[in-house]
Amino acid sequence: MLDIQNLVKVFYPGTVNETHAINGITLHINKGDVVSLIGSNGSGKSTLFNLISGTFPLTSGRITLDGKDITHQKEYKRAMDIGRVFQDPTKGTAANMSIEDNMIISSKKGMRWPKFSLYKKGVRERFNDMLKEISLDGRLKDNVGLLSGGQRQALTLLMTVMSEPKILLLDEHTAALDPPASDNIMKMTEEIIKERNLTAMMITHNMKFAIEFGNRLIMMDKGRVILDITGEEKRTMTVDKLVELFKHKSNKEFDEDNALLTN
Amino acid sequence: MIEGIFVDGLIFSIMVIGILIAYRILDFADLTCDGSVTTGAAAATMCIVSGKGIFLALVAAFLVGVLAGMVTATIHTKLKIPGLLAGILTMTMLYSVNLRILGNKANVPLLRIDTMFTKAAKLMPNAPSFVSMLLASLFIVIIIKLIIDVFFRSDLGIAIGALGGNEQVVISLGMSPTKLKLIGIGLSNGLIGLSGGLLAQYQGFADANMGQGMVVQGLAAIMIGEFLFSSNKISLITLRAILGSIIYKALMFFGRKYGYHIGITPNDFKLLTGLLVILSLIIAKVRNKVSDDSAKRNALKGRKTSGGHNA
Repeated sequence: MLDIQNLVKVFYPGTVNETHAINGITLHINKGDVVSLIGSNGSGKSTLFNLISGTFPLTSGRITLDGKDITHQKEYKRAMDIGRVFQDPTKGTAANMSIEDNMIISSKKGMRWPKFSLYKKGVRERFNDMLKEISLDGRLKDNVGLLSGGQRQALTLLMTVMSEPKILLLDEHTAALDPPASDNIMKMTEEIIKERNLTAMMITHNMKFAIEFGNRLIMMDKGRVILDITGEEKRTMTVDKLVELFKHKSNKEFDEDNALLTN
Repeated sequence: MIEGIFVDGLIFSIMVIGILIAYRILDFADLTCDGSVTTGAAAATMCIVSGKGIFLALVAAFLVGVLAGMVTATIHTKLKIPGLLAGILTMTMLYSVNLRILGNKANVPLLRIDTMFTKAAKLMPNAPSFVSMLLASLFIVIIIKLIIDVFFRSDLGIAIGALGGNEQVVISLGMSPTKLKLIGIGLSNGLIGLSGGLLAQYQGFADANMGQGMVVQGLAAIMIGEFLFSSNKISLITLRAILGSIIYKALMFFGRKYGYHIGITPNDFKLLTGLLVILSLIIAKVRNKVSDDSAKRNALKGRKTSGGHNA
């Protein structure tokens, strides 16, 4: 599915600000894998996502998705196969447009023509049915700007999976929400992934979420993968064990990161 | 002539719809307009003068506008410089291009030649000339309004709207923002060029300086329109742009007619238009704040009674 080989990213190479964000990551994500990705701030989780989606170019390495080399593809071209949800709820939707307009443009990927898909029979009904899932039915004509952060993130998630991406990247997509909304979105995420049999990776700072979510857990530190567990090991994982493992693997006292990794 | 307000306003409104596409729909501060309106006027005038016919003249005016817009969009996207600077560059370069099109003359008259308006008068021999002019310009404006309304309800049009609201969404959906900007800014300046082509025929000449200050006038018209009513429907947004244009032209007309009583001359109009835009911005800001505050109050009230929101 997604194959990453010897991925390296250096920011500002050759200057005093030189930063090694990703130090040679090799990773293989199988079809149907649901991965939670944890690590302290600056460990390179978001950079990894940005490199996979092509937000900025990598320094060296190779990325293939479904056998296709996407290492040097432009971001918008890669987006044809990648669905991404950001931490910032305003990033995934266009606030100046109605919910139905947002949904019609996300119903398929790629450049479009002056066609009138929204006015085809049954489209609005289908959209309204989908919106029932997130209790926004009957509000097709409302501007997205009127929605709360949680509602917008739910809509973003719905819109992202509508076009059936090969892989779903969730970049701390619940972090900007209040706890009830955050739990709600997590529940919805799990349901959607299960329902549609998606391959997904989720960055989180919440260890409880990370343990409960998916079938695989990857921990990163200083631009490297330091832990990659699946199956029985993942199922029996607890927050305490995870903290212990982190201490052991990164040779670092956990206390300083306690504030960043919450349970 | 008071009837002139309507013909003038309608021709102007085509340009205002063009500016609306750039500023409001694409959220792109495009200054190409000051140049492309003259380019459209020059192209149309030269077509008519050389006997190519009125229809071809209008098509040419639209196409040179599209081309000008695409130049701006390309400078902006390929060289990654701010849209404002890209627009200024194109506008400045267009000044020379316009003089070239006009055969190195600053002013080319359209006298004793058939224009769209004299043709319209011949079609309606019994009607007074202002009626035929009004009907001709109304006809064109209605057609353009309908085309734009329909276009922005299409998948491509909605995508262009999304680009203005949030570029990341468009990228995430696998569309090239470069291409969408090219289409959007091209269309915007196409309309501006077309408006220039009509304006030249209406006033009977094309002038190398006729584009000066057009963007600000267009913005003033858009803002006046926005005071009339608020909506997120494209058909109403274009309608209020047209109404705003006519009202703006009416204000200018009465300013010209009665302004001298208080010592205002046409020389002061650019200053007054700028002040009108600033005033509109201030009023819009205050209005937004008031509606935000009341929305906040309502939200708090709702929270107390219903005990919080879902998700």
